[in-house]
Amino acid sequence: MKIRSALVALTALATVSALAACSAPEKKQDSATADAASAASAKDFGGMDKLVAAAKKEGALNVIALPPDWANYGKVIEGFKAKYGIKVNSAQPDASSQEEIDAAKQLKGRDTAPDVFDVGQAVALANLDLFAPYEVETWTDIPSAFKQANGSAVNDYGGFMALGYDAGKVPAITSLDDLMKPAFKGKVALNGDPTQANAALNAVRMVSMAKGGSASEAAPGVDFFKQLKKAGNFVPVDATDETILSGQTPVVFNWDYLNAAMTAKLPTWKVFVPAGSPVAGYYFQAISKDAVHPAAARLWEEYLYSDEGQNLWLQGGARPVRADAMSKAGTIDKASYDKLPPVSGVPTLPTPQDDAAFADYLGKNWAKAIG
Amino acid sequence: MTRLSRVMPALGLLPFLAYVVIFMVIPTINVAIGAFQDNDGVFTGANISGLFDATMMTTLWRSVQVSAVSAVLGAILGTVLAAVIVTAPATSLLRRGVMALTSVFAQFGGVTLAFAFIATVGAQGILTVLLADHGGFDLYGDGWLYGVRGLILVYLYFQIPLMVVVFVPALEGLRPQWREAAVSLGASRRQYLTQVAVPLLRPAFLGSVLLLFANAFAAYATAAALVSQGQIILPLMIRAGLTSEVLLGRQHLAYAIALEMIIVVAIVMVAYALLLRRTSRWLR
Amino acid sequence: MNQSPWVGRVVRGLVLLVFALFFFFPLWSMLDFSTKDFVTGGRTGDHWRALVENDQLRRAILTSLELAGLTVVLMLTLLLPTMIWVRLRVPQATRLVEFLCLLPLTVPPLVIVVGINGVYSWVNYFFGGSPLTLTFVYVILVLPFAYRALDAALSAIDVTTLAEAARSLGASWLVVIGRVVAPNVVSGVFSAAFISIALVLGEFTFASLMHFDTLPNVIVLLGKGDTGASMAAALATMILTALLLIALSLLDRRRSERN
Repeated sequence: MKIRSALVALTALATVSALAACSAPEKKQDSATADAASAASAKDFGGMDKLVAAAKKEGALNVIALPPDWANYGKVIEGFKAKYGIKVNSAQPDASSQEEIDAAKQLKGRDTAPDVFDVGQAVALANLDLFAPYEVETWTDIPSAFKQANGSAVNDYGGFMALGYDAGKVPAITSLDDLMKPAFKGKVALNGDPTQANAALNAVRMVSMAKGGSASEAAPGVDFFKQLKKAGNFVPVDATDETILSGQTPVVFNWDYLNAAMTAKLPTWKVFVPAGSPVAGYYFQAISKDAVHPAAARLWEEYLYSDEGQNLWLQGGARPVRADAMSKAGTIDKASYDKLPPVSGVPTLPTPQDDAAFADYLGKNWAKAIG
Repeated sequence: MTRLSRVMPALGLLPFLAYVVIFMVIPTINVAIGAFQDNDGVFTGANISGLFDATMMTTLWRSVQVSAVSAVLGAILGTVLAAVIVTAPATSLLRRGVMALTSVFAQFGGVTLAFAFIATVGAQGILTVLLADHGGFDLYGDGWLYGVRGLILVYLYFQIPLMVVVFVPALEGLRPQWREAAVSLGASRRQYLTQVAVPLLRPAFLGSVLLLFANAFAAYATAAALVSQGQIILPLMIRAGLTSEVLLGRQHLAYAIALEMIIVVAIVMVAYALLLRRTSRWLR
Repeated sequence: MNQSPWVGRVVRGLVLLVFALFFFFPLWSMLDFSTKDFVTGGRTGDHWRALVENDQLRRAILTSLELAGLTVVLMLTLLLPTMIWVRLRVPQATRLVEFLCLLPLTVPPLVIVVGINGVYSWVNYFFGGSPLTLTFVYVILVLPFAYRALDAALSAIDVTTLAEAARSLGASWLVVIGRVVAPNVVSGVFSAAFISIALVLGEFTFASLMHFDTLPNVIVLLGKGDTGASMAAALATMILTALLLIALSLLDRRRSERN
């Protein structure tokens, strides 16, 4: 009896394991969805009007990992909603780029799966096969260095790394070495962990380059933070608006557009950029190959790359990818454009190889340096 | 009896068995297999050898440190508290109250606990502000709360009560007759303690330390909510492997770390079970 | 070596005081934090009002409560009949069932969540991507604790005799389990339910790594923007959990006194 029941259990176990080992089948799309999912430009819908109509019919858009205070995303989402009357479901505003991809894989075929992505360079280039190629109406305005040739992933907005600080709480900063002074004890923070978050990685890169390294060399930056930690000046806290406003992290390395958003809330928030080549970082927009709302996803891209969408980035302090073309055409929001901090030196646009080498060194040495 | 009627009753267990297999056994097997695969499902030893690189070994060491220190401190302090309760009469309000509270506190942990300590000794914490205003003492310092020392302190909040919960029965098992017997044979209080009570309680104490160790070693939520800079312990390393947008393709390293965790916890739990068996032989 | 009794009492009192400070000061800090007006420095109820007024927080609270309820229901329908059945008809399987129920203590949730993707692609396929699908793993999470509570209650009654009596009166096995045995272990059922609810309300590992907006997850999220509200939510969770667990210990004591 014992043996038999064990056999029964084993058979059941084997069957169930076999089933669970492979993942579930995909649900079938209807034909309208399938057509929209293969559209590579508005033309494939029969023009913008048809695209708008198709998107409105879908009625909703799933976005993921878009914090409202990041590069003006709050207003961008509101603008899209108001203009097209399409509902925007914003999931996990705090997720990382990698988590966006994971969510897409995990929720594949479900009505909560993300339709569009906004991801950092490393994740974008590692997952091109998950993205649907699409060329927006303003495609030709986008410099070719900022897009995949087939339109699977395209840079949208970006900025330069900078050091933001609350002049009301700490002395003015004129060089990175100032941070080692006792006045900065327990005050210097990063926006995330450099082995996990893109923004923090680029903060280390900025320091590294200011200390004589190249875009792929992390060692000088890691050494700097190691000393900063030794001096007791580095706080191991994720900087957020809350930690800045409450005075917990009065000095934060961050993208200049996030610093600009901070200055709007906290007038004493100042920005320092070390001399040398500024570190640029652009985020990629992409459409999920498995989008539940393929037309709305494409309309979202059209909106982001339209004059209206691009100017919204600008108002958030970020640099839209079509800035040059719009400046020539006179459609740019001149007031906001002129307010961008001036850039001195030739910007560094890190290559994927730079990113990989940099991240590898961080993975091996970051924990040791600040542990 | 026919064969069928003999098997039938066992079939009643099928729903339960199937459920446990699907939601616990298969994921665990997935981890064990995934630890030996790369992203494309090809078998490889790279993840396992990755566990032995310097960073990962340091992380393992820190994990052991946090678990061991919080277990030993928790066990000692828990024993003190248990001794205070046990010497009160069994029906007293104090004893009942403390026992009820410890079983509550032993379950606290995770996000809410991390927040409780941030509110107390974080940068804006009540105690931090209090000490800074009166006496100018800098409790917050270099942000120790978010490192190994902070984790140990926060873990004590559930380790001490857990120790009380598991150790009070052992203390209660010390029969007054044994003490009377020892005393009537001329033993002093100290002799009774060192020659009778301590040897009797040692296996129970060591077993409890192991249980506390496993409890801390497997804990994720508290650390995840508290520590955001640097993956200082193994569970956080798993999080980084799964979610990092910078170091890609390390999901399977996370599988290997998870396997490492099962192995450590399993060894500790087996040792615990063995010690428990020895205690129950003595204290019945 | 004989100390006078009051010295012992004073030492005991001091020890208890130190422990009380360690355990209650953080709770008091949370209360202070959650009622502080960060602008004026005065007191405010705004953060607590956010529990119902903040849309995200309210939805997360509802999700977590629904999850707790569903977990209790599924856990009981799965575990209680199985445990009764084992006692009545397949006692040889006692060890196996106990082992499986206690296994989650050795296999941490973090490990299960790492390996669960394949299984959840099926769950997604059949049940959709709702946060409530977390119920399935939460049943595993509460298994050891629910098992102990039910086991204690079942051990306290003579299941076999009860069942034989009912069977001889012509009751079916379903009736025996559902109408005869189960009502006699109500206190065990409540204990199992309370501990399950307490665990589910605080669960973070599965929810955060599987990306579902449950209460603990939203508390962490809010902690980055609205500390006051997240403190209020965290303290509310702790209080609710404490009440459930105290009720549980009262139930336990009633049972042990009855025996």
